Amino acid sequence: MRLRINGEDVLIDAHKTIMELVCGRGLRPERVVVEHNLRIVPREAWPETILNENDTVEIIGFFGGG
Amino acid sequence: MKDLLKIGGKSVNNRLFIGTGKFSSYDVMKRALEEAGADVVTVALRRVDSSSKTDNILDYIPKECILVPNTSGARNADEAVRIARLSRAAGCGDWVKIEVIQDNKYLLPDNLETLKATEILAKEGFVVLPYMSPDLSMAKRLVDAGAAAVMPLGSPIGSNRGIKTKELVEILISEIKIPVIVDAGLGSPSNACECMEMGCSAVLVNTAIAIAENPVGMAKAFSDAVKAGRLAYGAGIPQSTRHANPSSPLTGFLRQRK
Repeated sequence: MRLRINGEDVLIDAHKTIMELVCGRGLRPERVVVEHNLRIVPREAWPETILNENDTVEIIGFFGGG
Repeated sequence: MKDLLKIGGKSVNNRLFIGTGKFSSYDVMKRALEEAGADVVTVALRRVDSSSKTDNILDYIPKECILVPNTSGARNADEAVRIARLSRAAGCGDWVKIEVIQDNKYLLPDNLETLKATEILAKEGFVVLPYMSPDLSMAKRLVDAGAAAVMPLGSPIGSNRGIKTKELVEILISEIKIPVIVDAGLGSPSNACECMEMGCSAVLVNTAIAIAENPVGMAKAFSDAVKAGRLAYGAGIPQSTRHANPSSPLTGFLRQRK
């Protein structure tokens, strides 16, 4: 199915959870924050939050800045 | 007695806040933060793509530092609020530096949108540090909106031009009851020292440290300059005069007495 992740269209397997998506990208869950269809999803809810066709996901982390 | 900066419910020892952008590596940044003894450190939020998974900046910031995510990239209040909420959800505390910028040439802040974001986020319990153009009535409004400090710019971000806004910042220092922290444009330790001598509560420096030939040495130099300026402010800097005032006795020494 098609998702919009960080502004780009991405094809992933259906019925994935946010946790699976984050870990599948090689990211450390404790170091990123996820916005799902413009709503911030607490980390505890990632394992049971299932992604659907055409969902929008933002995966955000910290970088250097002043 | 220690001269601590009280801000956001915390007591901060080092009045040099350090930004983490533009360092040649996270390792250099880490050593600079340690050498300066930084207590307050700013970071930015960005989309994480799969290529940026290797290293995480948070692993290079000393654990005891207060993290201040900024809202850089926000072009209006709503975007700044969104970024602030994301940063809190990441579990790095509730401090946030509001940065709302539409002007790409000078990176000057939009004070009105900054005020709107400050109002919303202060109500949500954030410790809000708004980056602003030094305007007294706006600073008063930011205080009323619940800002924990105001952060007027010294000169445009990354310009290393020093405290070009001096007289306006001095007005804020005299009229505003919350900490005034000069943010942006300080290019050398003497610039930072000057701000502290004026009575600023702290300064935030990034570029001048990060792009120095020796960022670790420069971080220490800034930290010492900030301490010196703060000490001088506390000691009371004497008035300047147009004419000389002798510091040695003027009585004739080798001359004949009349």
